Amino acid sequence: MSMPQSTSRQRSVFERFPFIPALGILVALLILNGIAEPRSMSYGAITGLIKTYLALMFLAVAQSFVVFSADIDLSVGAILSLVNVVVVVLIERLGGGPDSVLLACLVGVLVGTLAGVFNGLVVVGLRLQPIVATFATGIVFTGLALWVLPVAGMPVPQAFWRTYGGRIFEIPFVFYVVILLAVFIWLAVRTKYIIELMAVGDNRLAAYQSGLPVTRIRIKAFALCGLLSAFAALCIIGDTASGDPVVGNAMTLYSVAAVVLGGTALSGGSGSLLGSAIGALILGLINSFVFFAGVSSEWQNFAQGVAVLVALMAGVLVTRRISK
Amino acid sequence: MTRLSTSIADLVRTPLVVALSLILALLLLGELLSPGFASSSQIMRLLIVASILGVVAAGQNLVILGGREGIDLSVGGVVSLSAVIAGNMMQGSDAGIIPAILACLATGAFFGLLNGLGVTLLRIPPLIMTLGMLGVLQGLLVVVRSGIPSGLAAPGLARFVTQPFLFGVPGMIWLWGAIGVLMALLLRRTLFGYRVYAIGSNENAARMAGVPADLIRISLFVLSGMFAAVAGFCIIGYAGSSFSNVGAQYMLPSIIAVVLGGTPLSGGKGGYTGTMAGAVLLIVLQSILTTLNIEEAGRQFAFGATLLVLMLFYGRGKALRG
Repeated sequence: MSMPQSTSRQRSVFERFPFIPALGILVALLILNGIAEPRSMSYGAITGLIKTYLALMFLAVAQSFVVFSADIDLSVGAILSLVNVVVVVLIERLGGGPDSVLLACLVGVLVGTLAGVFNGLVVVGLRLQPIVATFATGIVFTGLALWVLPVAGMPVPQAFWRTYGGRIFEIPFVFYVVILLAVFIWLAVRTKYIIELMAVGDNRLAAYQSGLPVTRIRIKAFALCGLLSAFAALCIIGDTASGDPVVGNAMTLYSVAAVVLGGTALSGGSGSLLGSAIGALILGLINSFVFFAGVSSEWQNFAQGVAVLVALMAGVLVTRRISK
Repeated sequence: MTRLSTSIADLVRTPLVVALSLILALLLLGELLSPGFASSSQIMRLLIVASILGVVAAGQNLVILGGREGIDLSVGGVVSLSAVIAGNMMQGSDAGIIPAILACLATGAFFGLLNGLGVTLLRIPPLIMTLGMLGVLQGLLVVVRSGIPSGLAAPGLARFVTQPFLFGVPGMIWLWGAIGVLMALLLRRTLFGYRVYAIGSNENAARMAGVPADLIRISLFVLSGMFAAVAGFCIIGYAGSSFSNVGAQYMLPSIIAVVLGGTPLSGGKGGYTGTMAGAVLLIVLQSILTTLNIEEAGRQFAFGATLLVLMLFYGRGKALRG
C-alpha cells in the first residue's frame, strides 16, 4: 500500500489517539452550549453535567472492554441496577454507619465483578452469541435485583450523597472521581492485557494460533466490564440517593452509543477507553444543547434522537476514513 | 442403521423440531401445573400474543438473514409509533382502518428505508444505525403522542385480532399463518429469496455473480419496518387503545425468537418457520411463568435462566481448537 507521506503521518496520530474526533465533537458541543446559554459553561453547570453523566462514563468504559474483544454486553444496565440495590439494601441492613457504607460498596463492586465473570463464562465458556446471551443474563440480573429490592425507594444515608454532591478542598467530589477514572484509563491502556485484548478482537483465530489464552482474555474483559458497571452503580447511588431495581436498564444502549461515539468500532480490535468516556459526555452535551437551544419540550426527545443518530453516523464515517 | 440413527439425530437437532418439542413439553407442564393452561381458548390467546411478536420477528429475521451483522433494533420504535398513529387515525371508527394501516405501513417503510440507506450507502453497521434510529423514533413518539392523548382501536380491528374469524380461529392468527406461508415462498421460491441467502452467506461472491446486494439489503430493512408497523397496528386491536412505548418489549425478544428459531445472527442460514416456533416458545414460556404465580423477581430470574438453557440447544459457536 502506497500512501502519501502526510496522510500516513496523520493516520499514525489518529491511530495512537483514536479519541481525537470525539474530542473535536466534544469541544464543538461545549462551544455550541456556551453560545446557546453562556451559563451552561459555568463551573457549577459543568459540575452538574459531570455529576449526572459520570455513571454513563463508567458504563461506557465498562462496555469498551468487551467491545474491544469484538463482544458486546447488553446486561451492563442490569448489572448497574443489581449493584445499586445490593449496596443500598446492605447499607440499610448494616445500620448505615461509615463502616457499613464502605463494606456495602466493596460487596457491590464484588457483585458487579461476579456478574461480569458470569457473563464471560456464559458467552465465552458456552460459546453463545453475546447479544442474545447477555440479553438473557441481563434478565437474570434484573430478577436478582427485584429479589433484593422489589420496589424502588429505599434511601441511602445523607453522608453518601452529601459526599458525592459535595466538595473536598473546594473541589467538587465528582472531579476526583473523574481523575480516578482518567488514571485508571491511563494505566489500563499501558498494560500488556489491553494489547492482547485488541489482538483477540482483531482476529480471534489468529490470536489463538499465536498462543494467546483467548478464552481467559475474553472472560477477563467481561469481568472488567462488570467491575466498572459496579462503579457506575455507586455514582448513580450518589446522584439519586436511593435504590431502584431497574434504574440502569435504559442505560445499556446509551453505553453502546457512547462507545461508538468515542471512536471504537463494534467489530473490535481497536478503539479508545478515553474516547468512550468522552462519548458519554457527548451524549450529555447533546441533551443539554437541545434543551438550551430552546427546542420546545415535546420536540426535545426527537431533536436529541436525530442529533445522536447524526453524531453516531459521523463518528463511524470519520473513524473509518482515518483507519483506512 | 447408523445412517438412519444419524438422520434421526439430525432431525432431532433441527431448531424447528427442538422448538416444537419444547413448546409441547411446556404446554404439558403448564397443564399439569394449572389445569386449563393448554385448553383451546387459552392456546388461541397465546397464539394471538405470539403472532404479534412473530410479525415483528418476520422483519427481524429477513434483516438477520441478509448477513453483514444485520440486526434491526429500531423495530421497537416502529411498533410503538405505528400503534399510536393507528390509534390516533382510527379513533374507534371502522372507517379509519384503511387510512390507518396505510399510514402505518408508510411510516414503517420510510424508517426502514432510512435504515437501509444508512447501512448500504454509508456502510454504517446495522446495530449502530438502527440504535440511532430507535432514539429518533422514541423522540417522534413523544411528539405524536402529545398531539392527541390516546387513540382507540376500531371495533372491526379489535374483532379481527381477538375474536374467532374463520373456523373459530381469530383473524390475527390467520394473518400470521398467511405471513408464514408468504415468507416461506418468498425465501425458498423466489429469486429475491435466493439472493437474500446469497448475500447473507457470502456477499462478495454474490456481488460478483451480479446480485444487487445493496438493493436487496435496503428492501430487507424496508420490509422489517413494514412488518413492525403491521405489528404495531395489530397491538392496538389487541389492547384496545395505544399506550406508551409498547414496542420496547418486542425489540430484543424479536431477535431471541429468530435465534431460537434456528437463524444464527451471522445470517445466510435458517428461515421463518423456525422463527414462528421460536416466537410461540417465548410466549408459552412467559405465560407459564405468569401462571406459576411467583413474584416478579422469580419470574424474571427463571425467564432469563431458561433462555440461557434454551440457547444451548441452538447453533453455538465453534471451538477455536480443532
